Amino acid sequence: MDELIVFLQRVIPDFIEGTKITLQLTVVALALGAAIGLPAALARVYGGKWLKKIAVAYIELFRGTPLLVQLFVIYYGLPDVGITLSRFGAAYLALGLNSGAYQAEYFRGAIQAIGSGQMMAARAIGMSQIKAIRYIIMPQALRLALPAWSNEAIAMVKYTAIVFLIAVPDLMTKAKLIAGRYFNPIPVYITVAIIYIILVAIATVIMRTVERKLETPGLELETERH
Amino acid sequence: MSKLPIVRIENLHKKYGDTEVLKGISLEVQEQEVVVIIGPSGTGKSTMLRCINLLTIPDEGRIWLEDQEITAPHTDVNKIRQRIGMVFQDFNLFNHLTALGNVTIGLTKVLGMNKKEAHEKGMWELERVGLADKADLYPAQLSGGQKQRVAIARALGMDPHVMLFDEPTSALDPELIGEVLTVMQKLAREGMTMLVVTHEMGFAREVSDRIIFMEHGVIVEQGPPDQLFYAPKHNRTREFLWKITELYGKDRDNAAPASG
Amino acid sequence: MDFLQQFGFLVYYLSQGLGVTLGVTAIALTTGLFFGTILGLMRVYGGPVLSRFAALYSLVIRGIPVIVVLFILFFVIAAFVNLSPFLAGALSLGIASSAYQSEIIRGAIMSVPPGQMMAARAIGMSRLKAILYVILPQAFRLAIPPWSNEAAIVLKDSSLVYVLGVPEILRRAQYVSARTHEPFIAYAAAALLYFALTFLTNRVLDAAERRFRLLM
Repeated sequence: MDELIVFLQRVIPDFIEGTKITLQLTVVALALGAAIGLPAALARVYGGKWLKKIAVAYIELFRGTPLLVQLFVIYYGLPDVGITLSRFGAAYLALGLNSGAYQAEYFRGAIQAIGSGQMMAARAIGMSQIKAIRYIIMPQALRLALPAWSNEAIAMVKYTAIVFLIAVPDLMTKAKLIAGRYFNPIPVYITVAIIYIILVAIATVIMRTVERKLETPGLELETERH
Repeated sequence: MSKLPIVRIENLHKKYGDTEVLKGISLEVQEQEVVVIIGPSGTGKSTMLRCINLLTIPDEGRIWLEDQEITAPHTDVNKIRQRIGMVFQDFNLFNHLTALGNVTIGLTKVLGMNKKEAHEKGMWELERVGLADKADLYPAQLSGGQKQRVAIARALGMDPHVMLFDEPTSALDPELIGEVLTVMQKLAREGMTMLVVTHEMGFAREVSDRIIFMEHGVIVEQGPPDQLFYAPKHNRTREFLWKITELYGKDRDNAAPASG
Repeated sequence: MDFLQQFGFLVYYLSQGLGVTLGVTAIALTTGLFFGTILGLMRVYGGPVLSRFAALYSLVIRGIPVIVVLFILFFVIAAFVNLSPFLAGALSLGIASSAYQSEIIRGAIMSVPPGQMMAARAIGMSRLKAILYVILPQAFRLAIPPWSNEAAIVLKDSSLVYVLGVPEILRRAQYVSARTHEPFIAYAAAALLYFALTFLTNRVLDAAERRFRLLM
């Protein structure tokens, strides 16, 4: 028992550090993903022929390949063609681009779930297409996409774990270092697993609260994981 | 003295693929006139209505709104549509906005009114359709008849010069039709110029100044209600009217009170 | 080395990883389906104790990154039996997937109309028989679309066994990159190979979905 306490005393600061980095990665990746995903969805639905094609290519490519491979292409591959990113830069970009592709599909699904009558009615009172998208389509689409987006946000906490493979000092990297130091990986990884479960639980509570706060009668949609 | 018609349509044509929906429609609607368009489904009534506010772009023919030809190149469609109110069969209320929000969104975002003004005007329009007490409810919380009345208020908010009604009661349960027709009748009495596509013969007979019978993309016959109902010139008109009264029943005739 | 030679080398090497990737995916999916089905049945028909256990299992596993599950199970398995990293990795991914698949199976069972069970019992089937011959066959078909989604996820997650040194596509891309010093081409080729795989998988599963669609 004393041994355990000594062990915990030594590792807790490391785990706290790692948790901070994990949360930071999660938030930045989600924000970047939204910043990429929303325009991609709009391009896919409302864009001209070429814009649409570019959006589809991006979305399908990033949904069709493993996140780990994307991370390696970005971190190890891009310097080869003259783009060198820091570990954090590569991690943000890979997670953000990956999430952006999935978010684009959630937004697209939501936009397309809104009946064409909404656009027609908006145009009928004299709104331009841009205004109709901004004031009528988007507010509804964002609310419809919220459950799927919440799931993405919650899952993002877990997806960040792979960045330990490029030595970004997140929870997993800390775990790996600690496991190496104490020669007993199983309790270390189980501790990390528990921390992730707690983080995911907290994220779930937050997102469900947000969903309840933004609830609008008549605006609901089904979801699925990736 | 002949006044300028509010809407003038000349030789309107529209094709979807190989099917010609409109085959040369010409029509004039005078100020304060209530025109009801009847005819079998799929004969281009809705398409014609949508051409008037350019939600559908005609292939051929010209349309004037008051002194402006709206089919001329480089017309600002958004400006045109502000002068034309439209009410849809399936309401198309904005689902993320309350009843009041549905009325005010056009006022603030299209007409650039400030929030306070828009709120007052929005409440006034809801009052007009008898729904001021439902201002804070979302569309999902309203009955079909209430939704359609909010949709009418939304259109009225823009102070349109003419109102287009595209089968406004077809998606409603029978017991909810009356409240919508009552609002429309009130509008007509207030002097609103209206073009109404409907199967409600009671409304057509009691409220309209003129009935147009359309079939296969052309106007077969038009005239005052009494003429069309009691002395139609064409056999097709007689047949259609006979069938529609069978289908929709006499009892519905009383849904819209003739006066009151 | 000229480009063609290099490219030939690349394709040769990566395609050898293809079998490993598909092997890991197949084992993981099958393991996941087996346990996922049992857990899904426990969720719906298991009574208070079993259904709670299955729900807790699913909640816990789904709260942990797959890579962490992989690490823990890999070390746990290694402590008890001597399995190759390939098999240990594939089984670990399967255990992780079983939690997600249990949710899919549970959802599918719940969407079989209750009248089906009633009708089965009415013709004298036992509960077990009704589940085996009436409910599950329908549930499996209803599960095809979400299961296809899961299959694509597991295919992509199979790249995680890279960390165990299993020579799948990504690990081989790394070998190539170390040898040619052209990491971009190596990893991009790996990405394209994965893309082709998920694309084909989706096509096959779409066809399966159409073939076995349940008309209700």
